[in-house]
Amino acid sequence: MELKELIQQKLKDNFTEASFEFSEFRNELSVKLNKKYILQVCKFLKENSDLEFLLCEDITAVDWATRKNRFTVVYHIFSIKNNFRLVLKSDVDESESIIDSVSSVWKTSDWQERECYDMYGIRFNNHPDLRRIYMPEEFEYHPLRKDFPLMGIPGSLPLPKK
Amino acid sequence: MGLEAKLNGDGFFVTKIEAIINWARKNSVYPMPMGISCCAIEMMASADPKYDIARFGSEVMRFTPRQCDLMIVAGTVTYKMSHVVKKIYDQMPDPKWVIAMGACTSTGGMYRSYSVVQGIDQFLPVDVYVAGCPPRPDNLLNALIHIQDKIGKTRPKDFQNLKLPELNVIQNN
Amino acid sequence: MDRLTKDNIQPKILQKLLEDSDITIEDALENEMILNMGPQHPATHGVLRLLLRLDGETVINCVPDVGYLHRGYEKMAENMSYYEFIPHTDRLDYLSPIANNVAWVLAVEKLAGIEVPVRAQYIRMMIAELARIASHLVAIGSFAMDVGALTVFLWTLREREKIMDVWDILCGARFTNSYTRIGGVANDAQPEALALVKKFINEIDDNLSECESLLNTNRIFIERLDGVGRISKEDALSYGYTGPNLRASGVEFDLRRATPYLQYDKVDFKIPVYQEGDALARYFVRADEVRESAKIVKQCLQLMQPGEIKANLPKSILPQKVEVYSKMEELIHDFMIVNFGINPPVGEVYHAIEGSKGELGFYIVSKGEGHPWKCKIRSPSFIHIQSLPHLVKGHMVSDVVAIIGSIDPIMGEADK
Repeated sequence: MELKELIQQKLKDNFTEASFEFSEFRNELSVKLNKKYILQVCKFLKENSDLEFLLCEDITAVDWATRKNRFTVVYHIFSIKNNFRLVLKSDVDESESIIDSVSSVWKTSDWQERECYDMYGIRFNNHPDLRRIYMPEEFEYHPLRKDFPLMGIPGSLPLPKK
Repeated sequence: MGLEAKLNGDGFFVTKIEAIINWARKNSVYPMPMGISCCAIEMMASADPKYDIARFGSEVMRFTPRQCDLMIVAGTVTYKMSHVVKKIYDQMPDPKWVIAMGACTSTGGMYRSYSVVQGIDQFLPVDVYVAGCPPRPDNLLNALIHIQDKIGKTRPKDFQNLKLPELNVIQNN
Repeated sequence: MDRLTKDNIQPKILQKLLEDSDITIEDALENEMILNMGPQHPATHGVLRLLLRLDGETVINCVPDVGYLHRGYEKMAENMSYYEFIPHTDRLDYLSPIANNVAWVLAVEKLAGIEVPVRAQYIRMMIAELARIASHLVAIGSFAMDVGALTVFLWTLREREKIMDVWDILCGARFTNSYTRIGGVANDAQPEALALVKKFINEIDDNLSECESLLNTNRIFIERLDGVGRISKEDALSYGYTGPNLRASGVEFDLRRATPYLQYDKVDFKIPVYQEGDALARYFVRADEVRESAKIVKQCLQLMQPGEIKANLPKSILPQKVEVYSKMEELIHDFMIVNFGINPPVGEVYHAIEGSKGELGFYIVSKGEGHPWKCKIRSPSFIHIQSLPHLVKGHMVSDVVAIIGSIDPIMGEADK
């Protein structure tokens, strides 16, 4: 069985309620799932002996501005065993922008999730140390949200006295 | 060679004490390399064997501000970094000079964004702006020559009764 | 000026710093102190700030603080066209700017579905490998400087200047090149540039050996690095290590081999792997990689055939400037592309290349407009800095400098 089909089959068999949506663009397989299952699915993908997605390359989010579920959290994970990259996606609404942290699965996701929190304001459950990473702690806004202007908000970041 | 070739035998020359002090001062500028981003690599390149900043007597890069009299701000200064730059500038002894190296240090350059200070002259007195992104090492040497000219024109009485800057303690975060 | 006091440290950082650490020291001196290192420090390779909790001279805990060079790249990318972002990629990993250009255009081409002529692919491969050599030379040199061997730094920079001369001829800029274009490269590689490359490649082996002879038999250098900053295979993978740092921990993973892009499946090269996972192994991997890259460049020069350097897709690929000024149709295309962008189809792609520091990836979301809806930069340095607390815990404070040098972070890339 081809790897892409194998992954789809395994996910469907093990998580019957996660409402997976599979899609493919430019030969990249992406899986959309309910955010409640993200931690379990990640753990499964890492520990399953056929798949072994040991490397978490990237965690980020996309702001769709006007959509109902405003944010999508995107995970890029790589299996060195199969040389295969998988994209996991999970919708998060603005009113309840919180999702489970996967830092217990991959240590690298600690900072990636902090960056995501800093830039989009998405909170992560059970994260060991959720605070801003790039911007100063006093900064009130989340720069990568679409309603934040490119040149920033005047006066939000102080300059030293001349 | 230089001076000593002219002075074969017992010789003397007459000059102003001011001129000879300035000559010594301007050829021994200690730079404080405030390397922040890309320009720092070109600043390193200006110290390498090809460009050799030592020809101008400025190869002694000191990483502690207290021993320096020229600050080369090389790289994009963000709002978060600006407090650090200012703090280091305040620690340098007077008289001191500042080179804003590169476009983004001088004006914000290509970074029209929320986190970049649009020109360090908003909080620092800058003496020489260097164009380029990043400037070639030759261009930095040119700026150094300009600083030397500027130092050469100063006189000791310029620094009398100089008002000491207020050392404002800045939150370290 | 003033001493670092508790009020000066951000409370959340302090809390993280003071939380219990698993490091215990026999006959501890009970002299706990907190040391602030950076952001202005000669050995932090830019503006990295570390807060170290020390007991005597041993590091008990460490909290890195980044963001001093956060320039808002991802926000800027959302406000400019795909072409306009090429110069910005130069300033990400500013030790190998041209490799970042390659990574960005490959991601955009994957999104837009553009096929690139073979000659352009070989030119890209050649410049990406030369950029890796330049970056590793600086990495080795500054690493040696951090642990006290200044001469090596001057010698490796001398070698790097030769690559800068190649860039000078190739694209007119010695540092921030912006040489690649979507669908090809800006101009064909001149015979003079290729001759310079050939000369450089033939000499690099000897010149590198010369530099290495200063280090490999240097007892101070070896003893300061042997066994310092060790990370196991499992931890390295879990921390998301890629590139030379991962290969120094015994994982044979290289994106050039794993997911071949450009023409990497046509050339023959070895992937240097060391098992120790300490600072010394990371230095050896880099030195070996310089030689392997030189081998790839040599093969590129042989395999490169004359031909087109840009794909023939006038609607999405900028025409040559000479033609814009002399031909009507090219002028119209130039106007359309510059003003309205190339409008790739709706979709999202992630493309990563093996950069000099590790996996450099771009995740682009397109809504079919002239500018990306979202652009995420996956930078290896950011990931590697994250593991610093793990590496430095239990070591002496002087080893911190060596460890930072060995993982070779570039803050322009880490802070974006």
